[in-house]
Amino acid sequence: MSQQHTPLWEVFVRARRGLAHTHVGSLHAPDAELALRNARDLYTRRQEGVSIWVVPASAITASSPDEKDSFFDPAADKVYRHPTFYEVPEGVAHL
Amino acid sequence: MYGNDFPGEDPPGGLLGEVEAAEAALRAAAERGRGAIEPSEDLAAYFAEVVAADQKIEPRDWMPEAYRRTLIRQIAQHAHSEIIGMQPEGNWISRAPSLKRKAILLAKVQDEAGHGLYLYAAAETLGVSRDELVDLLLSGRQKYSSIFNYPTLSWADVGAIGWLVDGAAIVNQVPLCRCSYGPYARAMIRVCKEESFHQRQGYEILHTLAHGTPAQKAMAQESVDRWWYPSLAMFGPPDGDSTHSAQSMAWKIKRFSNDELRQRFVDMCVGQAEVLGLRIPDPELRWNEERQAYDFTQPDYDELMRVIKGNGPCNRQRMEHRRRAHSEGAWVREAAAAYAAKRAEKEKVAA
Repeated sequence: MSQQHTPLWEVFVRARRGLAHTHVGSLHAPDAELALRNARDLYTRRQEGVSIWVVPASAITASSPDEKDSFFDPAADKVYRHPTFYEVPEGVAHL
Repeated sequence: MYGNDFPGEDPPGGLLGEVEAAEAALRAAAERGRGAIEPSEDLAAYFAEVVAADQKIEPRDWMPEAYRRTLIRQIAQHAHSEIIGMQPEGNWISRAPSLKRKAILLAKVQDEAGHGLYLYAAAETLGVSRDELVDLLLSGRQKYSSIFNYPTLSWADVGAIGWLVDGAAIVNQVPLCRCSYGPYARAMIRVCKEESFHQRQGYEILHTLAHGTPAQKAMAQESVDRWWYPSLAMFGPPDGDSTHSAQSMAWKIKRFSNDELRQRFVDMCVGQAEVLGLRIPDPELRWNEERQAYDFTQPDYDELMRVIKGNGPCNRQRMEHRRRAHSEGAWVREAAAAYAAKRAEKEKVAA
């Protein structure tokens, strides 16, 4: 019954100046312009934001939960990446 | 904005407070991380552990096929209800008694469309397309809430729908804010916050009518008389006859049984009706000291089954309207797609 497929868009809204864009949801629209207008009506009816990004869902590549271990592991065994790894001698200020 | 509808402080302990608590729990669960639980060879055990730990299942996680199917059915039918639910209220947009009431009603119906879209988007994360779901609705293979098959015969019905129908919806949906499927839980948090506006505006309409002229008060009462039992029926069949309940509760999709939620709704409404100065049309309604809850007359479940099967007062009208909007809008969707294709082609040439 559906005549054609309107692609899926992911919507990101920045709530205020200085904050990052946050993913708020998705919607269908034939093109970017309509996606933007629909996102304005759908996700910012109550002063939720000052800036909107729309991205075709097909343009997003996601990591897979299955490769979680191998993919994110290096962070855990390189503790020296965290400032708390380093000992600060007593009496040193502003460090 | 009108003078009296700037957002104010929310009284503590209300439904909105529960929604916010659910939102905080969702954040807390995300911060806790999955800790000890790690995906292993045994996907089913991992799924069970995540659910047991009150963490969220996300779209790319493994899930039992039946869990996926149940969620698709439930979320899609929820989405269809929001879309069909625009019709009974839309019926009064052009006849709202003042410009203020009309603007509020327009905003409310716009919200319903938004709720439908949030929910279709949540359903799509489970691997179906919205087009497929719309086809399932149009061909009658998926349902929508029985309540929208009742007609709106007076302006007071817009108030009764807000107070009783949206009120019942919130009681049902607040626990869904803690549902085990992440995208559904997040959509429900959004929906409940807006639904709370709908319930209050409906209550205000009835309150205004009930404190107006005798004719207005009679109109409000007549409307509550008609909507009370269909609203009670919105919670579904009694626990003994509910086919999906046990499994849904085990998966933490549902948190409370149909009868528990119905009882909670009745207990809530009694005090609200007193403030309205309107009567709940149930001669058996009385406080039960032992149960610490109200005894009440159950809705007519045979009627509920008739309505669900397609034989309520407005089933045909609602579906016909939805089908007509879809088929008569086909050329507009085609034009938009053709225009988008042309633009994309031009950009490709220019690049």
